[in-house]
Formats: sequence, C-alpha cells, structure tokens
Amino acid sequence: MAKYAARLNRIFWIVALAAFVVGLYGLFSRIAFGHTRANYGSYVPWGLWVAAYIYMIGLSAGAFLFSTLVYVFNIRRVSGEGTVAAPAVGIADGAAFERERLEQVGKLALFTALVTLIGALICIWMDLGHPERAWKLVFQTSFRSIMGWMIWFYAAYFVLLLVELWLALRADLIARSNKSALARFLTFGRRDVSAAALAADRRLLRILGSVGVVLAIAFHGSVGAIFGVVAARPYWNSALTPIMFLAGALLSGGALLTFITAIWGPEPGSEIHRNLMRFLGQIVLGLLALDVLLEWAEFSIGLWNASPGESASLQLVLFGPYWWAFWIIHVGFGVIVPAILLIFLRRKIWAVALAGALIAVTFLAVRLNVIIPGLAIPELPGLEAAFHGPGLTTSYLPSLSEWLLFVWAIGLAALIFLAGRRILPIIHTER
Amino acid sequence: MAESEKAPTSRRGVLGALAGTVGAALAVGVLGKRPDAQAAAPIAPAARPQAAANAAPLTSDLLGRMHSELARALAKPRQERRWVMVIDLRKCVGCHACTIACVAENKLPPGVVYRPVLEEEIGTYPNVTRRFIPRPCMQCDNPPCTPVCPVHATWKNEEGIVVVNYDQCIGCRYCLTACPYGARTSDFGYTYTAGTPHALPGILGQGIADDYERVANFEYSKAWDRKGGGSPIGNARKCHFCTHRIAEGMLPACVTTCIGRATMFGDVNDPDSLVAETIARPNVMRLKEEMGTEPRVYYLL
Repeated sequence: MAKYAARLNRIFWIVALAAFVVGLYGLFSRIAFGHTRANYGSYVPWGLWVAAYIYMIGLSAGAFLFSTLVYVFNIRRVSGEGTVAAPAVGIADGAAFERERLEQVGKLALFTALVTLIGALICIWMDLGHPERAWKLVFQTSFRSIMGWMIWFYAAYFVLLLVELWLALRADLIARSNKSALARFLTFGRRDVSAAALAADRRLLRILGSVGVVLAIAFHGSVGAIFGVVAARPYWNSALTPIMFLAGALLSGGALLTFITAIWGPEPGSEIHRNLMRFLGQIVLGLLALDVLLEWAEFSIGLWNASPGESASLQLVLFGPYWWAFWIIHVGFGVIVPAILLIFLRRKIWAVALAGALIAVTFLAVRLNVIIPGLAIPELPGLEAAFHGPGLTTSYLPSLSEWLLFVWAIGLAALIFLAGRRILPIIHTER
Repeated sequence: MAESEKAPTSRRGVLGALAGTVGAALAVGVLGKRPDAQAAAPIAPAARPQAAANAAPLTSDLLGRMHSELARALAKPRQERRWVMVIDLRKCVGCHACTIACVAENKLPPGVVYRPVLEEEIGTYPNVTRRFIPRPCMQCDNPPCTPVCPVHATWKNEEGIVVVNYDQCIGCRYCLTACPYGARTSDFGYTYTAGTPHALPGILGQGIADDYERVANFEYSKAWDRKGGGSPIGNARKCHFCTHRIAEGMLPACVTTCIGRATMFGDVNDPDSLVAETIARPNVMRLKEEMGTEPRVYYLL
C-alpha cells in the first residue's frame, strides 16, 4: 500500500488539476451567462448545484463527526481485529505512540471537513440569483426561515473548524517553524510547547469538539430540515428527512475519510495503519446498514400509503427516466458492492479503501435523488402545459455548464486538500 | 398620439392637408346632406339607444362596478382594504387573454409567468368537457412562501398582497419550492430576442427589436428595466394583483382583459362589493384548501 500511496497521490494531483482547469469553463459560463446556461428552472428550481452543496456539506459534517472520535470520545487504540479497545486509562508507551497516529487521522478529518465545506459553499454561492447579496444572509437574517438558522450554524461551524484545526496543528506548526515561513506565520506567535500548554490545547480541543458535535448535528440537521418543512413537497415533508441527512452525512463523510486515510493516512503499510483501516471500515459498514434501514423505512412507508404526492416522487426515483441513478449507481455501486467489500474483504486495505471511495462518490446520486424527484412533480395538474418557456418544465438533467462548475468546485477543494497536506503538518512521518 | 409624433414631418403634413380638404368639402355640403359627424351636437337618447348606453356610467357591466368599488376602497386607509380575486370557472372560456395581458403589463421575460391558465379535460366521450383554471398567486393569508425567505425579502403586505422586494431577494429560490401552487417563477435573465440576428442599428434586427425588453415595467410602482443583469433578473417573481395599477385606481390587467368577466376583483372588507357578495355563495371553492394556506383567490364552480 505504501508504494501505491505515493503514486496515487501523484495521480490525484493530476486529476484535481485537470478538474480545476476543465471546470473553469463552468465558472466562466456562470459568470458570463448567468443562469441561462443552466437547466434548472422555475418548476425544478434547485438542481445539481444544490445537490452538490448538500452532498459536500454532508461530507464535511460526516468527516467532522469522525474527528470527534479522537478529540471528544477519546478513542486511542484500535486493536488488530479492527475494534476499539477501551480508552486507555494509563497510557503505556505503545499506546501513546498509537494515539499520536490516531490524532493524525483527527487532523486529517478536520482538514477534510474544511475543504469539503469550502467546495459546498462555492456551489451554493454560485447557485444564488444574486451572489453579490450573499452577505444579507448573515447580516439581515430572518430567523423564521430554517435557511437563516442554517447560515448561522455553518458560519459558527466554519469558525470552529478553523480554530480546532489550528489547535490540532499548533504543536506541529511550531516544530516546522524553522523550516517553513508559512508554519511560522500560522503559529500566530503562540510558541509555547510546554506540556502544560499542550494539555491546555487538548482540553480546549475536547471542549470545542464537544460543541462541534452539537453544532455539526444542528447544522446538517437544519440542512435536512430546509427540505423537511416544505409542505408543498410531500416527498421532502417528513420528520425523517433531517435524520436521513445526518445518517447520510455520517456515512458519506466517514466513507470519504476512510478512503483518504488509506492514501494519506499515517504510515501507510504499518500495522497501525492496517488496524485503523479495518476500524474505519467496520464503522462505515455499520453506518451503511443504518442508512439502508432508514431508506427502507422511507420507501416502504411512502409507497405503501400511495398518497399521490409522495409516492409519485418515489416512483420517479425507482422507475422514472433516471432509474439507473438509484438502482445502478446508488444501490449497485453505493450499497451492494461496498457491502460485499466491507464484509468479505475487510482485511484488505485496498478493498476497504475502494468501498469508501465508492460510497463517497456515489452518494451524489442519493443527494440528487432527494432534490430532483421532490420538485419534478407538478404542484397542480396541467401546470407544465399551461405556459411555455425556459425553465417551465419538470424534466431536468444538469447541463454541461452545471456539471463543469461542480467539477471545478471539486477540483478546487481537492487542490486545497492536496496542497494543504503538502505544506501543512497534517500528516507527517518525519517526527 | 405617440405614433404620430414619431412619424416623419412630411407625412404628417400630407395627412393634415388631406384632413383639411375633407373637412372643407364636408363643410360646404358637397354631399348635399348634413354630415353625420361624432363631433356634432348630441343626438336625442331615444333615437340612438346604443349611444345612450355608452354614455351612461358603466354600472351595469361588472367591470364598471368593480371600478367604482375600487375607487371606494382606495378612499379608505390601506390597512382596511383586503384585496381578493374571484374567478368564475363557468365563464372562463380558456382564451388565455389574462395570461398575455399580465405578460404585457409586467413585461415578463421568457420563463416567467404570473397567471397561467391550466386546462383540464373532464369525462369520457361522449360526455366530455374542458375546464380552464386561471392560476394567479393565491395571496394566501397563511403563505408558505414568506416564512422560508432567509433575508426578509417577501411578506404579506397590509392590503393582503404577498410582495417581493427585488432589491433584497438573493435568488435562493427557496420560496419557489415552498409554494404549493407553483405561483412563483424565477427570472433567470432570458430574453425573447436572444439569438436573433443583429442588423442595421436602430432600424432593423435585435438592436431595435428588443426595445420591448429594455423598457422598464412598473411593478411595485417602481421602474425595473432588467438592464445589465440587475433585478428583477435573478429574483423570484410572482403575481402581485398589479399593485402598481391598483395604486392608480386601475383594476389588475387580467381583470380588465377578461372577455367573459370571469375574473372579479375587489375589497372583501367592503360588504357591498362584488367579491364580498360572490364568495358568500355555496359554489365557491379554493385550491388545495387542505394545506391550510387560506388562499384569497376564490373559484366559482
């Protein structure tokens, strides 16, 4: 795995750069032509960019919640069976060494949460009809709107992420200060590395992480609630919606982190790395089961009642023109294949990594299948036929410009991740 | 009037001369008869019944009645008015004139529509009819679209109309998803003349043909010209019962254009108004009543 990791890292640089460059056309198109090159309209008002937003923000919330395993729940050892040993009370030498490695995964998780959040915010910012008025969301917020709450939750979350990441990196930044001017600058003059100072950092991290657990649940729950409260869309209008958003965030974010740990985690090839991968793989498998259960609940109840509003959307997901997005991409490559890999090949790092990658990537189909089918049912029969014009239709397939802007946001997030990993002491092996 | 001002001077001169000649001919009695001109002294009503009807105040016509009720309502303080619309589905013939009048009045771009007419076929052959349901904004008393707005850009005003502040709206389109009637559309910046040929500037082609698109509308009593991608481009847009026309004592464009007088409009707080009378009938219904939105658009079946 170790020798592949370096090669994969190079491949990812190339892919991310290519995505960034190709995606620039999407950005150009959005700036030059506004929304006229996008295929969403007035009857399907939200499209790929909103789906991309909830997808990436879910990755962020999920990755963040995984970081709390280290900083809040204090998991310090993972055994050879991939299970968690009881939090070490008296830390033996070996355990202390291992904790350090686990903390690196914590940093990796925090950094992943940060870059996916940036990608998500770019997508939703570009989706606004007036991006230049985005500041109104913060300074003229209406707290009657769930969206208003969400804005404040993730503003707080953004700040919390930055502070946590800084605290987690501080000791390493100081260690690197002699070699790197950037690291020296980023310490912001706080160079105390005494045991007491580091313990204070850790305590603060724990407090912030605990706040963060609540905040991440509140903010991703509110993303789900944005949809859950809309009575006009029976498919969304369910108390289960925010819960499914959270379960999906944990699953997709955890899966992404598993994949990232496989390549950029601490000391690829070592016993610790192997144990870590198995540990993450088992958590992801459990979360996958939870997600399938919730999905079953939603589909079985919604179809059984056959209330026209909700079942129409579900039918669209299962048997509509884009049935393959559900059956092949989501069920096939997002559930069945990863489940097989995680159950039967759980000892193979590549299998666990592949399962993580598949779940994380295919989860976009799940997010699209939340947004589009909820909107694609006309609110009044005959609405589509009553008047014609661009956007006055319920059929929707993202345009090339939409895809390219999404690709650009992903490319940018990936480049920030790769560059950050290179210049910041997120994972390091020299110590 | 505006057209004649634009016409070339020479042509106007010719026309004027011509009119003068005709007038002179009539004056000297070339036809040997007293000319039957409109400008002549009033004719006795009994002799011309139609003329009398035209001259009388328009109270027998619903439009005239609504017009005078509008004047009465405007004399009251704003918060004492409650505008409602009543649409008589038996009178609607599905001509879509209201839709087009609305598009013209508000200079709606492609993809934006405030008042489409839904068509529905009922029954099976040989017992088949069609029903036409004009669908303006319902101006709900409990609107689901306003509380979702994250920046206070839309609300129900004191006269009962759900309005949008174009300068405040950020274009997130959450309100579009929240309306159970699909009554909000978004202005994505499309133009009718996009892609049409450019030709002689100021004479032919897109440069002159898209004048219509560059003329400001007067929604919310303010000029909005859609130039340079500014508001209302990028905003949620919706029917507002032509607030700008009401403010000037005019009925909404869809009401005045309705050929069958199927659309009625007025102040429901006035017990003598047409709308107050009609919504107290048993054949009245509202769309999606079960959603608890309390629409202020009523349909007569």
